[in-house]
Amino acid sequence: MKRFDAIVIGAGHNGLTNAAYLAKAGLDVLVVEKNDYIGGAAVSRELQPGWIYSNCSYVCSMMRQAIHRDLDLARHGLLLVPYLGTANFADDGSTLLSYPDADANHNELKRLSPRDADAMHRLEADLARYSQLIRKTLLRTPPDPATFRIRDFRELLYLAKQFWSLGEKEIYEYIRFFTMSAAEFLDDYFENDLVKTTMATPGIIGTALGVCSPGSAYILLHHVMGDVDGNIGAWGLARGGMGAISQALAGAAKEHGAEIRTNAGVAQIIVDNGKATGVVLENGDEIDSRIVVSNLDARRTFTRIMDRKDLPPGIYEKAKNFKIRGSSGKVNIALSGLPKFTNVPDNRYVNRGGQSFCGSMRTLERAYDCWKRGRWSEDPFIESVIPSAWDPTVAPPGKHWMSNFIQYCPPELADGPWTPEKRDQFGMTVVDKIERYAPGFKDLIVHMEVRTPHDIENEVGLTEGNIFQGELTIDQLLFNRPFPGYAQYRMPIGNMYMCGSSTHPGGGVSSACGANAAREILKDLKRPNTVPRDDFYDE
Amino acid sequence: MKKFDTIVIGAGHNGLVCANYLARSGQRVLVVEQSDEIGGLAASREFHPGFKVSVAHSVGNFGPRIVRDLELQDHGLALGAVLPTIGLAAGGQSVRLDDRGAAGVSDDDASRYLALRGQLQKFAAALSPFWLKTIPRIAKGSLADMMTFAHLGLRLRGLGRNDMREFMRIATLPMRDLMDENFDSELLKAVLSWDGLLGSKLAPRSPNNAILTLLYRMADSDGHQVPAGGVPGLVQALCSAAAANGVQIRTGASVDRILVDGSAAGLVARGVHLDNGESISARNVVSSADPKNTFIKLAGVANLEIQFTNRIRRLRSDGLVAKLHLALDGLPDFAGLDRPDGRILLAPTMDTIEFAFDDAKYGACSEQPVVEVVLPSLYDESLAPAGQHVLSAHVMYVPHELEGGWTDAARAAIRERTIDTIAAFAPGLRAHILHAEFLTPADLEEQYHVSGGHWHHGEMALDQMLMMRPTYEAAQYRTPIPGLFLCGAGCHPGGDITGAPGHNAAAEILR
Repeated sequence: MKRFDAIVIGAGHNGLTNAAYLAKAGLDVLVVEKNDYIGGAAVSRELQPGWIYSNCSYVCSMMRQAIHRDLDLARHGLLLVPYLGTANFADDGSTLLSYPDADANHNELKRLSPRDADAMHRLEADLARYSQLIRKTLLRTPPDPATFRIRDFRELLYLAKQFWSLGEKEIYEYIRFFTMSAAEFLDDYFENDLVKTTMATPGIIGTALGVCSPGSAYILLHHVMGDVDGNIGAWGLARGGMGAISQALAGAAKEHGAEIRTNAGVAQIIVDNGKATGVVLENGDEIDSRIVVSNLDARRTFTRIMDRKDLPPGIYEKAKNFKIRGSSGKVNIALSGLPKFTNVPDNRYVNRGGQSFCGSMRTLERAYDCWKRGRWSEDPFIESVIPSAWDPTVAPPGKHWMSNFIQYCPPELADGPWTPEKRDQFGMTVVDKIERYAPGFKDLIVHMEVRTPHDIENEVGLTEGNIFQGELTIDQLLFNRPFPGYAQYRMPIGNMYMCGSSTHPGGGVSSACGANAAREILKDLKRPNTVPRDDFYDE
Repeated sequence: MKKFDTIVIGAGHNGLVCANYLARSGQRVLVVEQSDEIGGLAASREFHPGFKVSVAHSVGNFGPRIVRDLELQDHGLALGAVLPTIGLAAGGQSVRLDDRGAAGVSDDDASRYLALRGQLQKFAAALSPFWLKTIPRIAKGSLADMMTFAHLGLRLRGLGRNDMREFMRIATLPMRDLMDENFDSELLKAVLSWDGLLGSKLAPRSPNNAILTLLYRMADSDGHQVPAGGVPGLVQALCSAAAANGVQIRTGASVDRILVDGSAAGLVARGVHLDNGESISARNVVSSADPKNTFIKLAGVANLEIQFTNRIRRLRSDGLVAKLHLALDGLPDFAGLDRPDGRILLAPTMDTIEFAFDDAKYGACSEQPVVEVVLPSLYDESLAPAGQHVLSAHVMYVPHELEGGWTDAARAAIRERTIDTIAAFAPGLRAHILHAEFLTPADLEEQYHVSGGHWHHGEMALDQMLMMRPTYEAAQYRTPIPGLFLCGAGCHPGGDITGAPGHNAAAEILR
């Protein structure tokens, strides 16, 4: 039977990126995917005839430009369209519109607070500076500070040098930013609650923290350090849905000779003498390979598809303690027309862009309190976008679909297990809240599908539906991701690697994890590196 | 007018430690204290005739080196026996922690407790040298300064590869995660998480700061002790040492501003001005007041750069701990305890703590407060009339700024709720109460002149620690005004009764 050079488990965007780079280096690569479609959480699925949903991840910004260019994803069909404006709705009925145009944005902010309009320039400049440093680390392998190897030492020096070059004042501001809460951070800039709330929401998306929890400021940054065509902080949609990203990556991987097999869930990674030698599929087939790369999250990899006795002591516990918490829900709604939101002018920027039903800082924090108590908030934070407003390919002519991301949704309820009735109630909470800001919204609904954390898990295999494959707190960032000592994509078993978002630099559809893992693998296999350096690579 | 080498503002324990070190090196030192009582938050407070207590009711990590250097034992300091820590839950369930380990939990939990404690002690020991030294400025210090960071790196490496990695992982972990990883008993988890949270704006689920606070508290610490005379006994020993070293202490001397001279060469602090109109000059002024009071109120924004004052103003110092003092006519019975001996924590689960915190986030008092109870009169009979007792309790979480304001009714409501919380574990308590006093963080601010009523003069958060405490331009005890120094808990290493900021400040002044 054929022995592959590498098997990549999971055809999500990182797995496909990894496979593309390994194949590009001449390796014989097989990607195995449990579902009958590829893409993992970056998918476009026609779950209702005529409507194509990005039913998990829904917007894109962190995709590394260097990878986008290097794998020629445009030729493979990927078109990223920046999204124009956002309408942010407060509990008190006021609205803040965000425009892509700086002057329009400034004028809009001035309406709420002239001081905050000026402070926004300061915030944007600060966030841009903070993100510069992190962006430099995205396509690099984190050092291990606990070894005495030259390469770790060099990488530590590189990071120290970048840090040092910020200058004294910036270093302290940086540390402060890294450790404080989004609420405290924004209090330094703004006076208007809606402005704060609007800016705070990225700090909680996908995470089991509140706007008042220390550490949420970093998550805010994680969401604004991406770019669309070099516009840092901009967000975009993939034409044809998020699946276009996976399809383009798969196209690149196949062009370089990788094979992708769907309906091929892995039951177990075969370990022989402390080394991975292949996988057993759920149908019993065994496939041999020189190395095995898991694109699954760290918890799933070590507790589901590996035998505990194959693991060195302590690894199983580390995987169990890995924080990958379900905190988000998703409601996808097909609409017979474009909803009309109150207080939103009928211009091409904001009435057909993103909507953020953020309420107030207090509403956001209270929603987190509900999550802690094992229930969903009656007044949740909803981040919505209507992709069909830009992209006619995802809904029937004249019809629309709306992606609603809900923070927070508990994976387990305090009052017993999730039932279909409770799921419907949760969905209705979301619909009711939108109706408050868009009278008549309910009448437009053609159909809707509600996903709780475990629904997402069962569908695409993210533990508890955690969108980052693991919380983005300091204890799980950089050389701590997924566990200290295993942050360089090599796993405790020989010939085994990880390439998912559980590894540095974490989630966000960046493809950086998959590419970084490929670089390390090629180093071990003594193959020439095929992974590009990042645009702003400087020693 | 007599000229001093140094004037220390505030006769709290850090001010006294600093004054002692300075005087021992030959300086003429004057300590000026606003209140009539010496000791700040450690001062003795007779809240009911014959009943004495202090805001801080136990000493956990006072520097052994300071005790030796200042020969405090010769000046009457007797730290007393180490108190066990006792957690109580409904139904008489209790957990007891002392030097032997954990009792009242499963064997698994007990052995894991010893293992975790051993590991944390190892981490605490690796960090402990850095609490008693100045942490230099990044990117500004000399090569010798930078050696401090090299030393820190080496200490961490010295833990060994696995422990170093574990340290890096858990250093910023929320308390709850560390507890859930290790233990099954909810009560044990709640009790152990307490020392990382007490005094801070943190709950069990808050990342980043709790474990470091815990490690800070574990450095050179055997546990909590009630000295002879209560915590004021420590203050008396420091005063006695100060007298022996020639330090002058003036009480009832309220500084209303620090005198700053301006010239072409820049500003320089040259003394203090009291609210009675008197000016006292000195070569150096050292403030043990918190940074906000020191800079904004005493030094004056006119003498500081706007960016610096902005940084001081945005220091996070919201106190969330209130104080309950009860004068009791007898010893209360706590269900499940023979004698209420030790630090008794009334926080049955981590969720209780978390939810108590949630209320305070929105400016309300906790519906179910979490409470640490100590009866200091058990350890020193002089604190209460014969046969009678003092109950001292730290109450979390009580906001500094209550929504609707601190009215007498609001204070009475949280006082009664706290007493009810304690009485739930000590059913006969109410019958013993002769007098009850409740001090909110706002009261603490007003009576003890601490910004925000914050124990530590500023939140012990990662970005307000080490060379960033209180802010990078004043973290080496020097301030932007030459001749003005800081020596309070708002400086490195931070709060609690450690004496370390006073010790380090004296070393910098003498450098």
